[in-house]
Amino acid sequence: MDLAFTPEEQKFADEVRAFVRSHLPADIRDKVKNGKHLIRDDYMRWQQALGKQGWLVYTWPKKHGGPGFTPAERYIFENICAEEHAPGIIPFGTKMVGPVIYTFGNDEQKAKFLEPIRKSTVWWCQGYSEPGSGSDLASLRTKAEKQGDHYIVNGSKTWNTMGHWADWIFCLVRTDPKAKPQEGISFLLIGMKTPGITVKPIIMADGGHEVNEVFFDNVKVPVANLVGKENEGWTCAKFLLANERLGIAAVPQSKRGVAALKAIARAEQENGKPLIENQSFAEKIADLEIQVTALEYTELRVLSTMAHGGQPGPEVSGLKVRGSEIQQRITELTMEAVGEYAAPYLPGLLWQGSNEEPVGPAHAHLAAPRYFNTRKTTIYGGSNEIQKGIISKMVLGL
Amino acid sequence: MDLSLSDEQKQLQDAAERFVRDKYTFENRRKIAATEKGWLAENWTQMAELGWLGMAFSEEDGGYGGGPIETMIVMEQFGKGLVLEPFLPTVVLGGGMIAKAGSKAQKEALLPPMIEGKKQFAFAWLERQSRYNLADVSLKATKEGSGWSLAGHKGVVYNAVSADNIIVLARTSGGAREEKGLTLFVVDGKAKGITRRDYPTQDALRASELTFDKVSVGADAVLGKVDDAFGVVEDAVDHAIVALCAEATGCMDAINAATLEYIKTRKQFGVPIGKFQVLQHRMVDCFTNAQEARSMTLMASLKIDDKDPVVRRKAASGAKVQIGKSGKFCGQSAVQMHGGMGVTDELSVSHYFKRLTMIDLMFGNQQHHLTRYSNLAMAA
Amino acid sequence: MDLALKPEHKAFADEVRAFARANLSPATKAKTFSGKHYDKDDHIQWQKALGQQGWLAYTWPKKYGGPGWDVTQRFLFENVLAEEGAPRIIPFGPKMVGPVIYTFGTDEQKERFLPGIRSSEVSWCQGYSEPGAGSDLASLRTRAVRVEDALGDHYIVNGQKTWTSFAHWGDWIFCLVRTNPDAKAQEGISFLLIDMRTPGVTVRPIIMLDGAHHVNDVFLDNVKVPVANRIGKEGEGWTCAKFLLANERLGIAEVPASKRGVRSLRDIARAEPQGGATLADDPAFTAQIADLDLQVQALEMSELRALSTMALGGAPGPEVSTLKIRGSEIQQRIAELTMEAVGEYAAPYQPGMLFQDTNETPVGPDHAPPAAPRYFNFRKTSIYGGSNEIQKNIVSKMVLGL
Ligand SMILES: Cc1cc2nc3c(=O)[nH]c(=O)nc-3n(C[C@H](O)[C@H](O)[C@H](O)COP(=O)(O)OP(=O)(O)OC[C@H]3O[C@@H](n4cnc5c(N)ncnc54)[C@H](O)[C@@H]3O)c2cc1C
Ligand SMILES: Cc1cc2nc3c(=O)[nH]c(=O)nc-3n(C[C@H](O)[C@H](O)[C@H](O)COP(=O)(O)OP(=O)(O)OC[C@H]3O[C@@H](n4cnc5c(N)ncnc54)[C@H](O)[C@@H]3O)c2cc1C
Ligand SMILES: Cc1cc2nc3c(=O)[nH]c(=O)nc-3n(C[C@H](O)[C@H](O)[C@H](O)COP(=O)(O)OP(=O)(O)OC[C@H]3O[C@@H](n4cnc5c(N)ncnc54)[C@H](O)[C@@H]3O)c2cc1C
Repeated sequence: MDLAFTPEEQKFADEVRAFVRSHLPADIRDKVKNGKHLIRDDYMRWQQALGKQGWLVYTWPKKHGGPGFTPAERYIFENICAEEHAPGIIPFGTKMVGPVIYTFGNDEQKAKFLEPIRKSTVWWCQGYSEPGSGSDLASLRTKAEKQGDHYIVNGSKTWNTMGHWADWIFCLVRTDPKAKPQEGISFLLIGMKTPGITVKPIIMADGGHEVNEVFFDNVKVPVANLVGKENEGWTCAKFLLANERLGIAAVPQSKRGVAALKAIARAEQENGKPLIENQSFAEKIADLEIQVTALEYTELRVLSTMAHGGQPGPEVSGLKVRGSEIQQRITELTMEAVGEYAAPYLPGLLWQGSNEEPVGPAHAHLAAPRYFNTRKTTIYGGSNEIQKGIISKMVLGL
Repeated sequence: MDLSLSDEQKQLQDAAERFVRDKYTFENRRKIAATEKGWLAENWTQMAELGWLGMAFSEEDGGYGGGPIETMIVMEQFGKGLVLEPFLPTVVLGGGMIAKAGSKAQKEALLPPMIEGKKQFAFAWLERQSRYNLADVSLKATKEGSGWSLAGHKGVVYNAVSADNIIVLARTSGGAREEKGLTLFVVDGKAKGITRRDYPTQDALRASELTFDKVSVGADAVLGKVDDAFGVVEDAVDHAIVALCAEATGCMDAINAATLEYIKTRKQFGVPIGKFQVLQHRMVDCFTNAQEARSMTLMASLKIDDKDPVVRRKAASGAKVQIGKSGKFCGQSAVQMHGGMGVTDELSVSHYFKRLTMIDLMFGNQQHHLTRYSNLAMAA
Repeated sequence: MDLALKPEHKAFADEVRAFARANLSPATKAKTFSGKHYDKDDHIQWQKALGQQGWLAYTWPKKYGGPGWDVTQRFLFENVLAEEGAPRIIPFGPKMVGPVIYTFGTDEQKERFLPGIRSSEVSWCQGYSEPGAGSDLASLRTRAVRVEDALGDHYIVNGQKTWTSFAHWGDWIFCLVRTNPDAKAQEGISFLLIDMRTPGVTVRPIIMLDGAHHVNDVFLDNVKVPVANRIGKEGEGWTCAKFLLANERLGIAEVPASKRGVRSLRDIARAEPQGGATLADDPAFTAQIADLDLQVQALEMSELRALSTMALGGAPGPEVSTLKIRGSEIQQRIAELTMEAVGEYAAPYQPGMLFQDTNETPVGPDHAPPAAPRYFNFRKTSIYGGSNEIQKNIVSKMVLGL
């Protein structure tokens, strides 16, 4: 047992750090550092830089054009990117549909879709949830009827993250309405510019626009865009879920978040002293830091098992639950740190990158909106109640 | 970076697992707890034969060159069986301090017999007013000829009943709660002037109140430097904390397994109670808590010999916070999910629950270590 | 709206206080404040004194020999007694079976059983739970078969009750038994009063995790019970059981005892040394007591709101349903913080100090011996009388309509 990195791992870390420092545009780094919202172009510029280096799809194996990182290298890569204030990689192409395509897709599909994901020249979004199908995803009703070499898709998807920026959407659609719920579902790739698709914004509690409703009105999709066999889409969906588990805990981001929180607590004053000298507040941060450490070491244990060729054990299942709770707690304490200056709502500064002067300290106006917005982390990607249901069944056998 | 066990470590784990399975069925443990000393000589001898009493010591000191990871491995299994033999006071605390601070003569006199299972120790630091402050010591040692005379009181001294030697933390100079001015003495357990009041603890261990009435010891009884014991003690206690965390991890695994089994078999309303979602989610939370405890224990075991003292202290305190939190959650949940059976003496759950509770209040509870961690982390 | 007491209520409180001071044995009182276990005499002496004063059955209407107090008087009575360190009234007679008897019993039954309950001459225990019927009480299987012979009309009762608190002190036990195994679960149950001295009744202790003996298994082996001891109609025992449950709701939150608990926790914090000062000077610890104190206040106000509704003749609203849940959690938290306050001196296990009147001096401070055992023992409060999970299910169904 050894916590230290090997010399090769150390060398790799240096290489990643040097790369991020020289390739991450300063304006983007500053936005992330200050907790500001990014626009499509920000994500694209950074992801394309990673793409050129061959690192954007850092979880992919070599044979599909990934770098084939070891678990330790993945860990290092994620941590250094976060430490250097790189934006999070948008997962829909790289972590979700990409692996589905190289696992279940045919050769033409791989040839057509993988390269643009690796290089970040197209933006993907995820079309799973529907108004009537959230936790109970298998009840989805968006219909795809085969007509010759096309499917005609009708229905609506919702909670579609960044659909307004997307070029493509991967959808679960019902191809056999008579089969058992899980058995009549297929996995379709649909160009967002196809006639019949309408995207309508949903405004979030913090005033932001990140999710959408997507309506499908007689949308014609070539049969060639079906991934896997017809009616076997649920297999792809489940595979994606398993694939998503690791890394979903967002530990590197949370470490960065705790560091940012400490910086804010040093900057905020109380009774003529920095807030961080308030014992009870400092202890709340300490408690959070311990939670992050516990989560990190759980991830490290999993990585270590995997490095020895083992399968991740039951410990991975709790990662999303704890990870999301920790993300929420960071934003909660950040808001507490800001005090009453969390109250002013400055949408211009938040969303439009306006140059108006902030009210209170520069970090203040972000605090409450982030707290509100981050309530999402225990809901999306399978709510925490659903995650616990899965663990209870799959791991504990209840 | 590699967090997996080596082959030897795996063998150690298997052996400890086997020991607990063979020797520590619930009924056996009850019998052992009811004996006068509260532990079994044959078990202690076997631990010596298996090399466990010496595994964490250097070969120079007569040991086998292991470290905190080996201690973690056996303590975790001990936790699963609620093992009663005085491994922590003798080996981790007593042996640890002697190895760290002892003179050549002291090491030679004390460590090999301990490793062979022929000597046991106790560590007397706590006093009525100390709470969790290791420097809050007023038992006085005054110069007497070439030696020293000890007078005062020590409380909740685990294993004092069986200890051949008691390692006593005494004040030789300085004011109340000053870290400077503390000295460790190795005192014969039967020394004249020591009065013992023995009692069992909530979790079936043995401890004592000790009164020192002008107990005379020679100059060679001083362990380490006069007035300079605090660092040694703090470090030994931090090691003991990490070992306790490992024990707690084992307790949590066992209590969770017992509860899971119970809710799968206990039927009410015509179904196993594990079909009720509140219990399912609570059970999931128990497992998550135990995983976090295991992760923090591993982290602390890996860092407790770090060169940087701040890293060591943060590791021990961080793990102790987690163990306090997770142990309470798992313990209380297990009792609740057992219903009335959980609050009886009849099933193992209540015994694990009591041990987890006592582990939290040993050497500083969750709140104490949160404060300590916080002070270290915010200073950085 | 007015929180202040009317003069007549003040006078009443003074009267109760004077009574407690004159009649509560100092030894019993000392046990309360040191957290030790009472023995049977502590309870019975005190309850008999209350009985003589006509106050033991303080929730009963005048018609059945109760004092017929209004809700404010009840509230004051409970609070003053808790402040004065009186033991809790053992509820099985005065709060449970008594009201069942005067509500569902015949005139003969009332005459026969109520006086002994009011005076505490007769001790009762509750035989509901069985090994296979805990939360799912309606699945109980203790069987009562009716036989008529030369000696009269009887039930022959066979089965096992468990978790029976104070059965080892009990003269009588009230039982739910199955009289009709073919009816639907709730419909075949009857409510029987059984003399504990009847041949065939055996009591076996269950030892709790802190070493205490409060609960028992009660085995019923061909126990002959006169049909005259059945309350209500055959097959309608579930109605009595449900009535009792509703009756139990108020007061079960133990607010007065919790208020006393918070006070003694503060006293202990003041007495516990830490860093040359006391634990009461540690803001992290006092903040936890403050948090607890606020929880108790919120609970008390919820109870007062219910009482106020009742005083005006209304039925208590949904807020009462959660009183037991919060009340039990608060009792547990008090025990937990008290143990934390004691620190490592909570570790010594001193059963002599807890259960017997020994003269040994405690290890550590006087308040140390009960701290950990109480914490362990109080895990029961979220289990008995319908576990908190079951309580929440009830609230979810009855109050929220889920
Ligand atoms: C006041 C304040 C100051 C800060 N200061 C700093 C600082 O100085 N330095 C610093 O490093 N950090 C700082 N931070 C924190 C930092 O901004 C966050 O750690 C970082 O922004 C997290 O990344 P993200 O919000 O882009 O989310 P990501 O996790 O990268 O997600 C990107 C998008 O994808 C969506 N998404 C992700 N996963 C899923 C899924 N499974 N299903 C559906 N949608 C998904 C998300 O909703 C989000 O819209 C600060 C934060 C605040 C509030
Ligand atoms: C910010 C954000 C971004 C998202 N991005 C995307 C996206 O890009 N693409 C996409 O397809 N989807 C996306 N989602 C949708 C997300 O996956 C769903 O919101 C989620 O699956 C929950 O579904 P729901 O909102 O319909 O809640 P519901 O399913 O209606 O759940 C409501 C509540 O009931 C609980 N619940 C439901 N069933 C059970 C049960 N069996 N046991 C216990 N509790 C239960 C839930 O946990 C939750 O608390 C996003 C959601 C958010 C908030
Ligand atoms: C100290 C003590 C004194 C007692 N005194 C008496 C007495 O004098 N007389 C008497 O008759 N009884 C008495 N009881 C019994 C008490 O009422 C039962 O213990 C209680 O009803 C729970 O039943 P159980 O112990 O069988 O637990 P179980 O019913 O087996 O419950 C085990 C766990 O499952 C949970 N559970 C069960 N069903 C559900 C559900 N549907 N949904 C969610 N969770 C569920 C419970 O909440 C609990 O956590 C006493 C109990 C104790 C501990």
